[in-house]
Amino acid sequence: MEILQLKDVSLTLNESRILRKLNITFWQGYVHAVSGPNGAGKSTMAATIMGLEGYRDIQGSIIYRGRNINKLAVDERARHGITMAWQDPARYEGLSVRDFLMASSKNKDPEVINNTLAGLSMNPAQYLDRALDKTLSGGERKKIELASIIVNEADLVLLDEPDSGIDVESLERIFDAIDLLKKRGTTVILITHSLAVLERADHAFLLCHGEIIDKGDKAKIMKYFQDKCIPCGHKNIPDEWEPVIGK
Amino acid sequence: MENKSALIDELLEASRIHKAVHSDPGVAYLVVHHNEVIGLRGLPGILVEPRQTKDGVGIRFTVKAGVQIEKPVYLCFGMMSDRGKQHIDMDVHIEEKARVNLYAHCTFPNSSNILHTMDAAVHIGPHAHYSYYERHIHGENGGIEVVPKAKVTVEEGAYFKTEFELLKGRVGSIDIDYDCLCKANSILEMIARISGRGADIVKIRESGHLAGDHSRGVLTTKIALRDSASAEVYNTLTASAPYARGHVDCKEIVQDGARAKAVPVIEVNHPKAHITHEAALGSVDSKQLQTLMSRGLSEEQGVELIIQGLLR
Repeated sequence: MEILQLKDVSLTLNESRILRKLNITFWQGYVHAVSGPNGAGKSTMAATIMGLEGYRDIQGSIIYRGRNINKLAVDERARHGITMAWQDPARYEGLSVRDFLMASSKNKDPEVINNTLAGLSMNPAQYLDRALDKTLSGGERKKIELASIIVNEADLVLLDEPDSGIDVESLERIFDAIDLLKKRGTTVILITHSLAVLERADHAFLLCHGEIIDKGDKAKIMKYFQDKCIPCGHKNIPDEWEPVIGK
Repeated sequence: MENKSALIDELLEASRIHKAVHSDPGVAYLVVHHNEVIGLRGLPGILVEPRQTKDGVGIRFTVKAGVQIEKPVYLCFGMMSDRGKQHIDMDVHIEEKARVNLYAHCTFPNSSNILHTMDAAVHIGPHAHYSYYERHIHGENGGIEVVPKAKVTVEEGAYFKTEFELLKGRVGSIDIDYDCLCKANSILEMIARISGRGADIVKIRESGHLAGDHSRGVLTTKIALRDSASAEVYNTLTASAPYARGHVDCKEIVQDGARAKAVPVIEVNHPKAHITHEAALGSVDSKQLQTLMSRGLSEEQGVELIIQGLLR
């Protein structure tokens, strides 16, 4: 069953067209990867789905569970079951990890929060009372961001570059978290240009220059990415070139 | 006697320290209502010498050399009436190697026209430790002008920390002026956390002079303003000795028609001294807010959580 559709979605930022009549459908309960080179529009697509400030003036439609959500604000989309993990999570002066996770949590259950952190190899006793600020490493903030997604229990989760800034051991915990979300029936959209992350998906899309240029089985997309995208000499500079597909 | 006892309880309750004071006979305290000392419990090693003045009290507060007071000492100043003046003269001596944490709760819960002023001279002896936590409780309409001034000397190896926080009610008008001289190997921490609304006016002048080798100082101000409140923060930190280290940090969140100004002044007069500063004024950080909103919090809830964190 479809959970989310983008229909002819276009977005212009700073006079550059970043998304170009994007048509993409996500299926409930699946782990989808949206892959593509840097500058293709992947993170922009995620921000547009979430309705972040600056990303709402779109053409086209975003249909979530059969309803057009174009006019819904970020928090309204969140309360309808969509949430997002940032590539570079925010830092907060004075706000503790505990308070952040409680605020993010659907059930406000401290035990669930403890178990979620432990599942990400983070000792709750060491982290809960720490401030979510620059004293935490990028990898720690990333895992806390992921913990906040898990306790949020959303129906659709956008993970923007979940592996950036993460060490190898932590990456395995991230993958465990993706598996957990999938087991729950959560729809996961992985924004990634990493083959290791793409490998975790059930289904994949390839985005280039603001458009979907291929979709399907992850192995097919991985092969296309390796054979064509990596050696491709172009850069994703919006409006300045036409994509070279199939060459 | 009964009336006085009831007044003590009322003031302590309003100050939120009733339980702390009454449940533990090992806790020292002083309660001043307007210009009258109405409650006092001392401890060995602490000398509290109050004297009544026309509009308040003068207090000489001494902790004898080597005395380590583990539990908080509470000073409760306040007025339950809605108008009047209260002036406090504090003469504080923390002698060599003494240690005390002083909690000054200044309570004016019904304020509509009150002036509360304080002049403090503080001397912290060598290797002594003195923390002063000033907590204010005001009426919901403000109606109060608070003017605390302090001159502090921190001797060699000593530690001084002061924190100012408004626990309840509106600021009204507050004009803080603290000046601190730090000698060799001493440590200074000055922290102010204030939330202003309505037509509240906040002025903070905090100065630290790192005059001794290896002295260290941090001045931190965190303010959240909304409606038509205003704040001016002048933090000055000077370092004129080798290996003196300092940092000035001012963060202000401004909403509605509120106005904020921060002027950090950093002065380094020795090539081996080092001071840093940061100031961030403006609206709530968009990424912080949108992250919280993407978890389902409303904008108001997100802003409130961010401000709570800032003021912590």
